[in-house]
Amino acid sequence: MTGAGNSALLSIRHLRKEYRPGQPVLKDISLDIDARGLTAIIGPSGTGKSTLIRCINRLVDPTAGEMLFEGRDLAKLAGAELRAARRRIGMVFQEYNLVERLSVIENVLTGRLGYVPAWRAFLRKFPAADVARAFDLIDAVGLDESFATRRADKLSGGQRQRVGIARALMQAPALILADEPTSSLDPKTSVEIMELMAKMGAERGVPIIVNIHNVELARRYASRIIGMTGGEVVYDGPPEGLADAHLKHIYGGEEFL
Amino acid sequence: MNAAAREWTRFTPGERIARAMLYIVTAIAVVWSIRTIDIIPEFLYDAPEQTADLFRRMWPFDWAFYPKAVHSALIETFHIATLGTILAIVLALPLSFLAARNFTSNPILNLIAQFIFVSSRSVNSLIWALLFVAIFGPGALSGVLSIAFRSIGFVGKLFGEALEEAQQGPIEALTAAGAPRSMLLVKGYWPQVEPAFWSVALLRWDINIRESAVLGLVGAGGIGVALDAALNNLYWDQVGLILAVIFCVVVVTEIVTSTIRSRII
Repeated sequence: MTGAGNSALLSIRHLRKEYRPGQPVLKDISLDIDARGLTAIIGPSGTGKSTLIRCINRLVDPTAGEMLFEGRDLAKLAGAELRAARRRIGMVFQEYNLVERLSVIENVLTGRLGYVPAWRAFLRKFPAADVARAFDLIDAVGLDESFATRRADKLSGGQRQRVGIARALMQAPALILADEPTSSLDPKTSVEIMELMAKMGAERGVPIIVNIHNVELARRYASRIIGMTGGEVVYDGPPEGLADAHLKHIYGGEEFL
Repeated sequence: MNAAAREWTRFTPGERIARAMLYIVTAIAVVWSIRTIDIIPEFLYDAPEQTADLFRRMWPFDWAFYPKAVHSALIETFHIATLGTILAIVLALPLSFLAARNFTSNPILNLIAQFIFVSSRSVNSLIWALLFVAIFGPGALSGVLSIAFRSIGFVGKLFGEALEEAQQGPIEALTAAGAPRSMLLVKGYWPQVEPAFWSVALLRWDINIRESAVLGLVGAGGIGVALDAALNNLYWDQVGLILAVIFCVVVVTEIVTSTIRSRII
């Protein structure tokens, strides 16, 4: 195995993605993600941040390159092996992507769908340990028990995203991906959600990769910042090292500074 | 050039010509159809009298006929409609998943399912009934099968379209959690399309009650058999009773289905 030598949880090597042949959205990305900490990916819209994150759990199939995760190349997996890898990677979405007509607890329990036998999920007979853990997680993300039986479409944006985080944690993931988790939220709620994700990640020792538009939030909560522009990584380092010159390069122009 | 650019007309010359053509074609069609349908003026003039006469013969209803023949036929009609609808749903559900392009990405399977839906819908239930009466003989079984076969296309098409309109976000989330396809169906698609499913099923049941009321005209059981017999014997007081009963039943099913629908959704 190529990745046997290093200690990274996820090693991305020469990742390339073209939606249309000859027009790469991701050009030769190579990254190592450690088993700890919150990594923020910043960059202008359309620069391939979402594509990068979605390649990792194969919601998008990469064109070339490899992604070593727990000793396997995610790019080559299919079928049951791919599902087994996916359940080790939680995901938090910009639009929450909850099943609106299901209750909060059932949404959280869908995080176990990769683990429990189909008949159990079908009959809503999740193992008691899973149900107990789901209640604990609803608590942990700051929703009280009365939320558990409420339907997801009755919740506010911030509450929905808390459910989304609980669902991701329910998978007992080795890695969490978050695709613009705060972009649909107001500034105060955005801070709360980032705070919650950073805290959950640290408490449970789960590394998190976050796509984020808000540079201030990225600086505040990330231990590492990756700046992307035009499908390439142009900054990779600690938040303290991120200077205005870098931001100019990443976003182009300086009017926004 | 500048002045020309400021002029504004709603339609381009091409569009104006097309619209004029459409008017002309419509006028021709109207004239042509009036000349084709051969209206016999004498029949038209005494139509009000004939109608009044018909109603006079119907009233008073032959109430004694209800317990004798109408009631059991009515119950049979209900059974034909309900069993036919259930059978149709059982057959149509798997097909609609095959037809939904977001769930089944194989175009050949999509096409097969759509072909079955179209063939089912292109044949009226009365025609299906003629077919099944020829195969299974007269009776309720033929009625159930003809209702079911006509409904497969309706239920399958509408439910398949509802599936295609399901939001992809939650499906993506469950995929990302490593859920197998069967679970995407149960926990991702089903909760989203459940209201559509019940509304399609109830609507079809409602339609089927009405359709199974006439199936008896070709011998496929139900209240239509009684109606057919009364019509043939010119017992207008019985015909009137049966029509009134059908009307009441349709009103009641309408109320029942709309109540259930509003509760579910």
